Amino acid sequence: MNALTEFFAMGGYAPYVWGSYALALIIFIYNAWVPLRRHARLRSAIRADGRRDSAAVAAPTHRIHDENSP
Amino acid sequence: MIAFFSRWASLPAFYRRSGRWIPWLWAAAAGLLVVGTVGGLVLAPVDYQQGEAYRILFVHVPSAWMAMFVYMFMAGASASAFIWHVKLAEILARVSAPLGAAFTALALATGSLWGARMWNTWWVWDARLTSVLLLFFLYLGFMALQAAIEDRRRAARAGAVLALVGVVNIPIIHYSVEWWNTLHQGATVSKFDNPSMTWDMLWPLLTMALGFMVYFAAAVLVRARSEILERERHRRWVIDEVAR
Repeated sequence: MNALTEFFAMGGYAPYVWGSYALALIIFIYNAWVPLRRHARLRSAIRADGRRDSAAVAAPTHRIHDENSP
Repeated sequence: MIAFFSRWASLPAFYRRSGRWIPWLWAAAAGLLVVGTVGGLVLAPVDYQQGEAYRILFVHVPSAWMAMFVYMFMAGASASAFIWHVKLAEILARVSAPLGAAFTALALATGSLWGARMWNTWWVWDARLTSVLLLFFLYLGFMALQAAIEDRRRAARAGAVLALVGVVNIPIIHYSVEWWNTLHQGATVSKFDNPSMTWDMLWPLLTMALGFMVYFAAAVLVRARSEILERERHRRWVIDEVAR
């Protein structure tokens, strides 16, 4: 058996050892990715709200001009 | 002193400052975890009793430490929120609970994998395992309270009572392996002057533990920033902040 297959075999405990590290990896990535995505979405939602509010204040009696539409 | 704390606990200042720290914390956590994993899986020698299976330790022990550390962090923040009504402390207590629950779940799951091989059972109702399971339910109970009470300030006060009562479980977890005759092995690292572990195994463990800690710092700050934005979303400073 060469060194690499021996390493992956973990002395016959492969599912237990690799399972533990895989579980840790999943939990770490999940707990970083989901809150980061939530924070980014929250920021863009608040930004969109702010734009709508300032448009309403600037032109209260006119139709709100949408700068994204032609 | 009070001026220092009130400036530090000011939500806009905290939001901006933590935003500068977070990238560095992620980088440091990733570096430590990679080095610790290589150290634990490749460089550390095989255990003469448990063979390669003991390598689960480098994930299991740091997550168990973090399960208890995050609980004390959450209880400390809850106490400051309860006594001094510090908003930032309320926020930190609230957002640390899901991370504490994740570390506890990881400790339980890796312990189960380890036990399945070493004790020939996935679970036993021994003192150590049962008290850690109780810790997991304390986290879930705290999170359920936060979710159930709409007024976040009232939720924080209710959560604080639960968190502080639950603190009695922490010494029980720690001493469970000494007070009761358990299947779980005793501590190997708590005696720093004379640890029953060689340096070749100890350094990957400590590197992993530090990596877990820095990871927690980064993850808790990201969650706290979202919580701040939600609570203050109609304030001028938030609108200015996100527009930049």
